[in-house]
Amino acid sequence: MRLSTLRYYFREAFLSIWRNSWLSVASIGVVAVSLLILGSSLLLVVNANRIAQGLESSVEISVFIKDETTPDHVRDIKFEIEARPDVARVEYVPKEQALKEMMENLGDDQDILAGLEEKNPLPDAFRIKTHTVDQVAPLAAWLEAFARVDQVRYGQGVVEKLLTISRWVRTAGAVTMVLLGVAAIFLIATTIRLSVFARRKEIGIMKFLGATNWFVRFPFLLEGMLLGLAGSFVAVVVIYFGYLSLIGNINLSLPFMRLVTERSLIISLMEGLLALGLAIGATGSMISMRRFLKA
Amino acid sequence: MIQFNNVTKIYANGIKAINDVTLRIRKGEFVFLVGPSGAGKSTLTKLLYREEIPSRGQIIFNGKSLARIRPREVPYLRRKIGMVFQDFRLFPQKTVFENVSFALEVTGASNREIRKVVPVVLNLVGLIEKADSFPDYLSGGEQQRVCIARAIVNNPVLIIADEPTGNLDPDTSWDLMNLLLDINRRGTTIIMATHAWDIVDAMKKRVVALKDGRVVRDEMRGVYGHEA
Repeated sequence: MRLSTLRYYFREAFLSIWRNSWLSVASIGVVAVSLLILGSSLLLVVNANRIAQGLESSVEISVFIKDETTPDHVRDIKFEIEARPDVARVEYVPKEQALKEMMENLGDDQDILAGLEEKNPLPDAFRIKTHTVDQVAPLAAWLEAFARVDQVRYGQGVVEKLLTISRWVRTAGAVTMVLLGVAAIFLIATTIRLSVFARRKEIGIMKFLGATNWFVRFPFLLEGMLLGLAGSFVAVVVIYFGYLSLIGNINLSLPFMRLVTERSLIISLMEGLLALGLAIGATGSMISMRRFLKA
Repeated sequence: MIQFNNVTKIYANGIKAINDVTLRIRKGEFVFLVGPSGAGKSTLTKLLYREEIPSRGQIIFNGKSLARIRPREVPYLRRKIGMVFQDFRLFPQKTVFENVSFALEVTGASNREIRKVVPVVLNLVGLIEKADSFPDYLSGGEQQRVCIARAIVNNPVLIIADEPTGNLDPDTSWDLMNLLLDINRRGTTIIMATHAWDIVDAMKKRVVALKDGRVVRDEMRGVYGHEA
């Protein structure tokens, strides 16, 4: 392709955007909003998944044992648990150790537990880890059947809830994004249709001068792509700086929340958004050209 | 060079614009197409640059059947045909030079070629001094000469002129005819649809008269005649 032809394409595209400036701004805005929603929900999903993963790896079953159980019995139970293939690790925690850990956790407030050493109310317990999360619930049910087992506890529901939220965000984000994306495509199609209409005479002249279809179409395709790219650029800038300041705030106020901060992941997400904006713009112009610029 | 074999064109609305026309035009000829409005002159030219496809019969242009060429080849066919219209059809926002050079740009010609060829053509039509003017600041005759410059800049084998003098006064019309004659002498075939009987009668060129879509007269050194 000749350089001057390329220059011609860009000049025509920019001229059209300028001529329909209001509609162009509207197209850019809709692309920006739809990609903003997509980008934010993607970030939310990525973070929710990350937190869920962290929880999953720390899910533990606590098995409280009835008070009068003899050490022999404890040993038997431990052997029986360890024999199961889904058990990764079993740890016996006697009540004295449990109390000590509790006091450590309380730090400065440990006075409230003072005097409990003589009459420890805590039960002896096993802490069990499984290989995967879905093994937790069946194993807990199996453990409850033991005669000497008093209570079985694990983070019932927390992991499931988080995964549900993440799934819900993903679905809602996808639906909103698809709806707004379609709206963006059609708004761009309308903008391009107006451009084509404003220049139908020139297009006619070009045709009888022997211009190929692509020579006629390319400026319009470029116009749509530029609109899509501009919209996604707005979205990317807003998301990028918004997320950076969110990370800063969360690190200050909720330091235990570990957000996704890998630059490479964020950058590739932004690149994806830009590419999507370009695709939305191109699709919009193609729809218009199929209908209004037949050979 | 051009051959119509029993060509019929019926439009979608049922109007038979061309009815069983057989016509042969040799390279280098100057042919007037005459006849009343609606006789089929425009349709005949549209069939030539493949704006329309014949309903029956076939058209051979430069040894190729126009019905057989694919849509993607149509632009390349049109680059061999220069078009001149009654309403000029220039780009108002482009200068004279740009209007002419655009016909080359469309074909992907290089900048060097454009800078070389366009002044030669503008010189030929006598508009080299107006190269940087915009069409709206030119007289009708000058605009039509820009149109001719644009039509010949691609070195076409055929020029189709559809009532090129329709919007011009008699003196300007004759200037234009002399320009077309000049181009014709250089070997370019010219087909000109017209109502200007005085020009047709004075030029003594081949006249093809159409009426109701049929060729009713075809004379080598003809006159406008009584049919129209």
